[in-house]
Amino acid sequence: MRPKFPFVMDCGLFTTSYQEDMAVLFSPAAKIKVAAIIAFFLVLPYFVSPYFISVVNLIAIAVIGALGLNILVGFTGQISIGHGAFMGVGAYTVGILTTKVGLSYWAALPLAGIMAAMVGAVFGIPSLRLKGLYLAIATLAAQVIIVYTIIHWTSLTNGSAGIVIDAPRLGSASMADDRNFYYFAMLLCLTAIVCTVNLFRSRVGRAFMAVRDRDLAAAVMGINLLKYKVMSFGLSAFYAGIAGALLAAYLRVITVENFTVEVSIQYLAMIIIGGLGSVMGSIYGAAFMTLLPIFLRSAADFFGSFLPNIAHFLLSMQTALFGLIIILFLIFEPEGLAKLWKDIKEYFRLWPFSY
Amino acid sequence: MKLLGISELSLHFGGVTALFNVSLEVNKGEILAVIGPNGAGKTSLLNCINGLYRQGSGRIVFRGRDISRFPPHKRAMLGISRTFQNIELFKHLTVLENIMLGRHIHMRSGIISGSIYWGFAQRGEVMHRRRVEEIIDFLEIESVRRKPVGTLPYGLQKRVELGRALALEPELLLLDEPMAGMNTEEKEDMARFILDIAEEWGTTMILIEHDMGVVMDVSDRVAVFDFGQKIAEGSPVEIQHNPRVIEAYLGHQAG
Repeated sequence: MRPKFPFVMDCGLFTTSYQEDMAVLFSPAAKIKVAAIIAFFLVLPYFVSPYFISVVNLIAIAVIGALGLNILVGFTGQISIGHGAFMGVGAYTVGILTTKVGLSYWAALPLAGIMAAMVGAVFGIPSLRLKGLYLAIATLAAQVIIVYTIIHWTSLTNGSAGIVIDAPRLGSASMADDRNFYYFAMLLCLTAIVCTVNLFRSRVGRAFMAVRDRDLAAAVMGINLLKYKVMSFGLSAFYAGIAGALLAAYLRVITVENFTVEVSIQYLAMIIIGGLGSVMGSIYGAAFMTLLPIFLRSAADFFGSFLPNIAHFLLSMQTALFGLIIILFLIFEPEGLAKLWKDIKEYFRLWPFSY
Repeated sequence: MKLLGISELSLHFGGVTALFNVSLEVNKGEILAVIGPNGAGKTSLLNCINGLYRQGSGRIVFRGRDISRFPPHKRAMLGISRTFQNIELFKHLTVLENIMLGRHIHMRSGIISGSIYWGFAQRGEVMHRRRVEEIIDFLEIESVRRKPVGTLPYGLQKRVELGRALALEPELLLLDEPMAGMNTEEKEDMARFILDIAEEWGTTMILIEHDMGVVMDVSDRVAVFDFGQKIAEGSPVEIQHNPRVIEAYLGHQAG
């Protein structure tokens, strides 16, 4: 599967080895484009306001979470309404390990991912027998159980009061500073993107997609269905755990409100709007869902200056608008923003001679 | 030499008997055709051999091992591969990816090495890609290798499915009506591929087919099924003159 890059003409390119042929950055133009994007994000925080940086930080966290959920839902064809709770497992692991055990944040971060992966894998076991709606309900149970445990195991989690952690420090750089956190979050986000792209052009990722497309044929090809479904749940929850740990470092207050079932559904919305089974889609969806409420608020402010009542109305309509957008996407572009963007590129590929 | 031995296999769905007391041996390197009227239990037999159905009673021995209780993926690892009557490809994936999935059991990279895709995993991908390209050349599907299989015409999909099954490098290949719904030319191509596979790789095959012309030309031995029971077995010529077979196909002569 060779990814197509926007506005990159890749005709007249030939390869002489399979390694070249299977490269993601297939054409020189694609390499230049990716380098340009990375350079853009490297210098970005020096040109924008701290508020803008903080928004990008939230998007980066959401991208990691959305990638994880897309691995499970979009690429493996399972479903999970417990993604928010798995993020919670990651965040609370960091909170407990740094405040109660005294580990540094940097040591706790990978452990948060692993802890979430283990919990996710356990809740993935029913997926061998359950499909579709039934699996959705089983993962909803995971959400409820985890949140219940967090609220009621007060000796460990401080219950609804939450855990306050110190901002992680790297040498003299404190992650309380938005710009420092930006580079840290972006590094993790880029790693997550690269790893996901790589996974789905190698053996395990292909097996995930085989399970999604035709699980019986996958079994006949020698793929152990239970193993790969549980692996997908584990990997998905690992990403969620890392995203949760990152969110913990960002907010520095870990409370259960950040990991409720609404969060799980919001992540599902991200990957549906962005595009199921698409790495780029996860990024677009995460950005879209993070920016939408901000956009709505500024729209409300704008209209509110001359129509005071409409501001209140717009803000209270936010949830309904989310729902409406998801429905519209499901009807008109089930493959999401990623497909929309791809169509635009395809159009301009041959433009203006598109006959 | 015996590759697969089925003894006294029975399979029931509720009150319906799909297979009853079937015993069958398949020798290494031969092409065994399984024929019979619709509902005779041919596909059920294949499903039992590769583990999609669990038989009620009876034993299946493959390469000297009792595989009666093995799940499908374990049987695949032992070298049993198949194609399906109604194409079961991974339709969102490309031809390349589908056939690469046939190499799954021969590859070793895991989640972490795959995510890093440096060194080990990449070398593996390149090595197995070479093997996949050989199969693509053999089946003459070079021009569609990057197309999602869902967009391909039926005849090509059948060919890709054969390619995926071959990529597993099976000892035993189960072909469930590989020529169903094809025109004469496509059938001739497929028959040629089957004979080439037998010749080049020496793969043992069990073939379900309704076209008697193909069956008689391609197979070394024929087993005839009717109502879940094996009613005859022998060389194509013997089968053509077997009165029980003629009766099963054409009915009893009156008077």
